[in-house]
Amino acid sequence: MAKYDVIVVGASAGGLSALEKILSGLEKDFSIPIIIVQHLSPDSGDSILSLLKKYSVIELSEPCDKEVILNNHVYLAPADYHIMVEKDKTFSLILGPKENYCRPAIDVLFETAAEVFFDKTLGILLTGANTDGTKGCIAIKKFSGTVIVQDPEEATMAVMPLGAINANAADFVLSLKEIVEKLNFYIKES
Amino acid sequence: MESDRELVENEDIEVELVLDALLKKSDYDYRNYSRSHIKRRLSHRLTVSGYNRYSDMIPDIIYNPQFLNKLLSDLSINVTEMFRDPSFFLELKDKIFPYIKTYPFVKIWHAGCSSGQEVYSMAILLSEDNLYEKSQIYATDFNREILDVAKRAIYPIDTIKKYTNNYQQGGGQNSFADYYIADYDSAAIIPSLKKNVLFSFHNLVTDGIFGEMHVIVCRNVLIYFDKELQNSVLKLFYESLVPGGFLCLGSKESIRFSEVEKLFEVVSSSEKIFRKRVC
Repeated sequence: MAKYDVIVVGASAGGLSALEKILSGLEKDFSIPIIIVQHLSPDSGDSILSLLKKYSVIELSEPCDKEVILNNHVYLAPADYHIMVEKDKTFSLILGPKENYCRPAIDVLFETAAEVFFDKTLGILLTGANTDGTKGCIAIKKFSGTVIVQDPEEATMAVMPLGAINANAADFVLSLKEIVEKLNFYIKES
Repeated sequence: MESDRELVENEDIEVELVLDALLKKSDYDYRNYSRSHIKRRLSHRLTVSGYNRYSDMIPDIIYNPQFLNKLLSDLSINVTEMFRDPSFFLELKDKIFPYIKTYPFVKIWHAGCSSGQEVYSMAILLSEDNLYEKSQIYATDFNREILDVAKRAIYPIDTIKKYTNNYQQGGGQNSFADYYIADYDSAAIIPSLKKNVLFSFHNLVTDGIFGEMHVIVCRNVLIYFDKELQNSVLKLFYESLVPGGFLCLGSKESIRFSEVEKLFEVVSSSEKIFRKRVC
């Protein structure tokens, strides 16, 4: 039994290099599905997708609406859509109103995932210059999941990790290197 | 203290009751929409109204018309722009127009046309390729207010810059300024583009076949539906198309998870254009 059934990741300013470090450091047989919201401009197309594909040791794609969440796969929220988790463990991609001035918004992913995966949810909040993700981390905690926040000292932008820390919604505050070690440890453990 | 699962299950019961009340009171049926999305919109209204529970909204839905209207507008998403996803329009010209050229007349259905921008984008491209005169466009939506906006075809002037950009990237051959008349703060689409467009009310959830279409455009409408409703609407589209007719969906939509997958061939996998198989 894996400790977690899903890993949700949120990042904004400075997130790309942080995501590169994490995705390139994972074990090949990393079985837990990873879903990422990286803030991007609405018309950035799939430029970030091709960039992250280069670094990820695990298969990485932008999901379609209603796609089933699979293990051993990394999903990236497409530009200008909110990404949501449905009860039957499929994705919904919605053009709902922006939240925290963002679409995709981290809160939307974290909150919907927490209500489906409960204590099997691991949230990771990385660098960013706004507080999107704070409410999402609170929701993950409310439903007995776990939250890791990037060390604000290390983060390119400290505002986002500090948001979750100040809301008492962080179980661990770790450097990127420690995050990768912890993730690989979870896999070995299961 | 209820457990996490119980809490979510109880909220689900409440959301279902709210949607039942909404249906009985307004005829709008949101029961088969993406549940996460609906719950999020309801939750927004909950916070704004200062209620604790979803079910607290039920008396307001029944007795307070103002609240009902607010809730219905929360649930109505109308994100659209002229030539949204320009790459789709390039593909439309490249993969579908060559067939349209060979038909004596063309029937095109924009299902869930919202405020009409996509309809007029289609009209512009058809007219630039001399196909507009033989085309009849049917534009439908289940929201009467938004249909009126679509018919009026007057859009805020500050959207025009974006629309012009999209038009240029989406295969436009002229100047986008040829297609609207600018006023102080608005831009009105020229009347000649409206000539062959018929706007009408149609509800994808409850209404029937729209017959003998050559092209159906329904982009970013199905994403709000759950799997079951998507499936029934895709069947409706299949039934409404002539053999060899085209179905155009939004860039993140798919027929992979539906029963009609085998009944269509893929024309463009990146732009989600499909063609009804002839046999």
